[in-house]
Amino acid sequence: MAKVLMKGNEAVAAAAIKAGCRYFFGYPITPQNEIPEYMSKELPLIGGSFVQAESEIAAINMVYGAAGAGVRVMTSSSSPGIALKQEGISYIAGAELPCVIVNMMRGGPGLGGIQSSQSDYFQATRGGGNGDYRTLVYAPANVQELVDYTMKAFDIADYYRNPVLVLGDGMIGQMMEPVEFKEPEKMELPEKDWATTGTKGKRKPNIINSLRLDAAELEDLNIKLEAKYTEMEEKEVRYEAYKLEDAEIVFIAYGTVSRITKNAIDLLAEEGIKAGLIRPITLWPFPNKAFAEIPATAKALMSVEMSQGGQMIDDVKIANEGRLPIGFYGRSGGMVPAPKAIAEAAKEMLGGVK
Amino acid sequence: MAVVFKKTQGLTEKEFHYCPGCTHGIIHRITAEVLEELGVLGDTIGVAPVGCSVLAYDYFNCDMSEAAHGRAPAVATGIKRSLPDKVVFTYQGDGDLASIGTAEIVHAAHRGEKITTIFVNNAIYGMTGGQMAPTTLVGQKATTAPYGRDEALCGQPLKVSEMLATIHGAAFVERVAVDTPANVKKAKKAIKKAFECQIEGKGFAIVEVLSTCPTNWGMTPVDGIKWLQENMMPYYPLGNMRNPWEVE
Ligand SMILES: Cc1ncc(C[n+]2csc(CCOP(=O)(O)OP(=O)(O)O)c2C)c(N)n1
Ligand code: SF4
Repeated sequence: MAKVLMKGNEAVAAAAIKAGCRYFFGYPITPQNEIPEYMSKELPLIGGSFVQAESEIAAINMVYGAAGAGVRVMTSSSSPGIALKQEGISYIAGAELPCVIVNMMRGGPGLGGIQSSQSDYFQATRGGGNGDYRTLVYAPANVQELVDYTMKAFDIADYYRNPVLVLGDGMIGQMMEPVEFKEPEKMELPEKDWATTGTKGKRKPNIINSLRLDAAELEDLNIKLEAKYTEMEEKEVRYEAYKLEDAEIVFIAYGTVSRITKNAIDLLAEEGIKAGLIRPITLWPFPNKAFAEIPATAKALMSVEMSQGGQMIDDVKIANEGRLPIGFYGRSGGMVPAPKAIAEAAKEMLGGVK
Repeated sequence: MAVVFKKTQGLTEKEFHYCPGCTHGIIHRITAEVLEELGVLGDTIGVAPVGCSVLAYDYFNCDMSEAAHGRAPAVATGIKRSLPDKVVFTYQGDGDLASIGTAEIVHAAHRGEKITTIFVNNAIYGMTGGQMAPTTLVGQKATTAPYGRDEALCGQPLKVSEMLATIHGAAFVERVAVDTPANVKKAKKAIKKAFECQIEGKGFAIVEVLSTCPTNWGMTPVDGIKWLQENMMPYYPLGNMRNPWEVE
């Protein structure tokens, strides 16, 4: 298929439809409005349904209902809206339902701003909802990946019966890039024989539920969920290792910031400083194993994020297991890190550890 | 021997957990009978609330989904939009529907969502131990209104049916009670109409059922029925407020 020039937000919506998503429930919030707008235009034409819910809380609960009915369903929002969806995400995880949730992050806390940010890392990877649950989180770095991983997210959600998050930011949502809608590789997926589609008098009623009043039963559910999350940690980790071979300093950056960091790496190379990058594509499960690839030449690590003080840096510390000193460079509030500033921070750090 | 009375197919074998004298059981039963009589059990998906009827998913003999507190109308919307040919209903208490889930019920009605809601109004939070509900009567004591509901502090009890009846998308709105055999029959009739309203695609339908909570009212079941008749009925008058077969 030929490449088309598309805005990130529209590309996500188109990818979802391509992946078989026919139901979308959302509530407007900048900078992701093109997603519900696209869905409202396209879904009615192909036998699907779009509902502009009265709130994010209602939207995610509509997703819960539709996912329970066995269809492919998606919602999208941006930071404060995703915060409201956390209740539903916990219920969806507890009821083991598949769905895809897109967060085009903006700055916070609170109402914050409308510009790009990566300050929902904790919320995405730790869960803002209650209970022992995990959501797989994809962090695409360009519009093509946004398309590819949105499509993949539907299969992964169905396979594990778990919500999958696509974590972008205002920048990737608003940027235009050429994309190709490739046929996704076929995955063997289980039947949705648990869905509430009406018994037709032919089977016992199906129940979608996250309530377990019996403590032992709830622990059993948590054990079952943990096994699922362990399987994800074994099979679903994705990352990119860039110019790691003889790096003196290794950056860790994801999404749009990873691209800026690559520019910083080029600037450092001009000065004869070797820098590399580990780019987590899945934020949860975090690519701990990528850290085994860090060469002996490396003297320091540096987490680069659009966050004040850093959030992913906590996972970097876990993955590093105390081996190398860890630095941080970040901007927040919608401010975007500049390659030169990242390079300067790296030089300063290297100076300190030499 | 002729069979004059038997258990409805609309309910499973599971025993109800409700307190003695609680009318949740009667409301379950008549709702189940209606689903059986309409022949739609195999095509029905029910949504249970959070509240004393949280386990309704174990009792109704059809596919069921358990919703978060107050969110049943949104969950039902998701189901109905995905499966427009199925019959979808929510079963909700007054804390669930009139407090935490007010936005969801108002907007499901507003969209004219083709679902049916059974709204059980017992003027109190039953499950959590008798706290004040938006429907608690002025002067009525609750664990969080130990001096009785004070209108100056908490407002007048919310008349949900009257409020929803002002919404265009609410096609069928009726308030019933299950205090006497005659009223139980009327309640069943209203519930049947509320499902027919959905099946005929006319829009959102709700039946508010005045119900008792002898446990948290601190009364015997018989006194509870009397209290309902003497206190709830005057404030929450029974009757139909919207009927799609009568209004054009
Ligand atoms: C988000 C959330 N808040 C609070 C609760 C606790 N809670 C459980 S049932 C209930 C009240 C239910 O009252 P009502 O809907 O009137 O039903 P009843 O028990 O009287 O039948 C509350 C507050 C909860 N489960 N979830
Ligand atoms: S607490 Fe009240 S509403 Fe709940 S089962 Fe007992 S009597 Fe019924």
